[in-house]
Amino acid sequence: MKIRGDILRTYQTLHTWTGITAGLLLFIGFFAGALTMFQSEIRQWATPPAHHLAQIKLEQFDSLIKQTLAQSPQAHQEFTINLTDQQSPITWFEQGKSRGLRLDDQLRQGTLDQQGNLVSELSAVNELTSLIDFLHRTAGIIGEIGHDHAGIYILGIAGIAYFLALVSGVIFLLPTLTKTFFALRDKKGPGRFWLDSHNLVGLTSLPYHVVISFTVVVFAFHDFLYGGLSVVYGEQPMFERHQAAVVYQLSELPPVAQQIQKALDFAPGFTVTSVHFTNIDTRQAMASFNMLNDQAMMRGPSTDSLWMDPFTLEIINSSYPQGDEGIWGRMVNTIFAIHFGSYGGDLGRWLYFIMGLGGAFLFYSGNLLWLEKRRKKQTTEQAKSTKIMAALTVGVCLGSMAGLAVCIMATKWLNLWSVNVNNYYMGLYYLTFFAVIAYAFTRGAAVAAIHCLQLLALSCLLIPTTSLIAMLWPDLGLWPWHNTAAMSVELVAGLFAIAFYMLARRTKLRSPTGPANSLWHIPAARNDEITAQAALST
Amino acid sequence: MRRNQVDKIQAHWWSKTAIGALLGLLLAYGLVATFAWYGPGGIDAPIKVQFNMWLITPLWLTIFSLVYLFKTGRSALIYLGGANVLCYSIFTLLRSLG
Repeated sequence: MKIRGDILRTYQTLHTWTGITAGLLLFIGFFAGALTMFQSEIRQWATPPAHHLAQIKLEQFDSLIKQTLAQSPQAHQEFTINLTDQQSPITWFEQGKSRGLRLDDQLRQGTLDQQGNLVSELSAVNELTSLIDFLHRTAGIIGEIGHDHAGIYILGIAGIAYFLALVSGVIFLLPTLTKTFFALRDKKGPGRFWLDSHNLVGLTSLPYHVVISFTVVVFAFHDFLYGGLSVVYGEQPMFERHQAAVVYQLSELPPVAQQIQKALDFAPGFTVTSVHFTNIDTRQAMASFNMLNDQAMMRGPSTDSLWMDPFTLEIINSSYPQGDEGIWGRMVNTIFAIHFGSYGGDLGRWLYFIMGLGGAFLFYSGNLLWLEKRRKKQTTEQAKSTKIMAALTVGVCLGSMAGLAVCIMATKWLNLWSVNVNNYYMGLYYLTFFAVIAYAFTRGAAVAAIHCLQLLALSCLLIPTTSLIAMLWPDLGLWPWHNTAAMSVELVAGLFAIAFYMLARRTKLRSPTGPANSLWHIPAARNDEITAQAALST
Repeated sequence: MRRNQVDKIQAHWWSKTAIGALLGLLLAYGLVATFAWYGPGGIDAPIKVQFNMWLITPLWLTIFSLVYLFKTGRSALIYLGGANVLCYSIFTLLRSLG
């Protein structure tokens, strides 16, 4: 396809600048986002076994709820009944609430003893998955604006740049598209190989990237968008707020079994995994059901949802298709589902995991291409801006991954010292993150890349190693994997350890042989020194 | 034949970006407003408000990303401004008739 040269140049510039400004933030958002696909597995892995209380029969739940509400004022705001064997029958927050990242949340879990009396215990909530989610939504930027994290708005703006980068990238690729689409030219030098793989990953997952980019913007700014829309609607009300005519007494609450049956009638083939009750003694009393069916397309992050007035059993809303009337809700839910990747079962989640990592690769390789293009070919001394960007690229990308890897690796060990391991997560993450960035600036990108990849390999390797130690010395108080989910987390960690190790090796092998003015070149003398250091440390 | 300098796209990054961001958003709202009131389902179809909200961003960003095709910031202002005037005129006319 022929496109005018001035258009190509314009969009090439646009692609460069939007990419370089938003790329590092989006890298963190993408790799953490890929991990959120397996939140439930990671949570199971991170929670000590037998950390939940015994499950009870369905008909016993009514008594459980009644006793809980009589005992705890906090439960009147929200409580959850869990119907799976992996969780305690009832949980409520003694401190904190179910949404947002707070490290001192205290969850009380309850069950019934043999005599049918409520027994409960207080537990800290493991926030490892909340940390991952926090990194995914904010890129780790601390601070709040209004009731949201500042990072959410900053990623929203990065999302705008990301959309512009996608459109401009496609435009300036169009003329050479048919020739170079599937070409992966490694004979024409490493720069060409990076460019080809950058283009291939970008183009093959383009629809995914388009949806992710504009949903990020909507997630960040929906309050403002609705605000603008209210001008358009004028007198016309935008939302119907559900409000019961009267406040019901708790004694009027229908049996849980009846509520669940009503939900199952609405969605045959599904099972109810948990029900979240809120504001139970007000007019806004609501029961939201998490509905699971691995064989069907689901529209929430991990399940479908259904909202019911627990007293009248009226279904207020749901994420299910609702006939012709429901076409708008259906379209909206589809957009959510495409962002969350919850519509394709386990296969879909793996695909999203890979595409998420692919997205991270897109931003990382984009930065490398920028650096390669700007470096001076005639001299070994590079411009300051190029060096800074190289250090930032290595520091931020590898640093954020290393920070999270260290947190995951430390989880089981921290449990030996403290009940609430969450207090350490933020400290560990930011310590590692900033240490890697500082290291990249002091030692230069080339050296830092090698050492940080080694750190990543080591952290990942220690995740399954911890389980081995736990099995060999059970007295330590560590715990090995206790189900297939936890085992697969460790397996994947092991694979990542190998991948990081190989990357570190390749980077190191290349460093003395590449052109002397490459940003990744380490002069032979310095390389010896590094090898000597490595030999000493092993 | 080589295009002469006058025909070529001028950079004008700041003005085009500002125009794409602001007038692009305004035009997206205008299109969504018309769709909300006079598109299928009308203004009071249940949950349509959510769909309308979702529609704003893809429209906005598409307009935003294509604003750099205008030759100058000035022509971007004239064309996008004109499109806004047209869109909101139609919307206001329809509203006053209904």
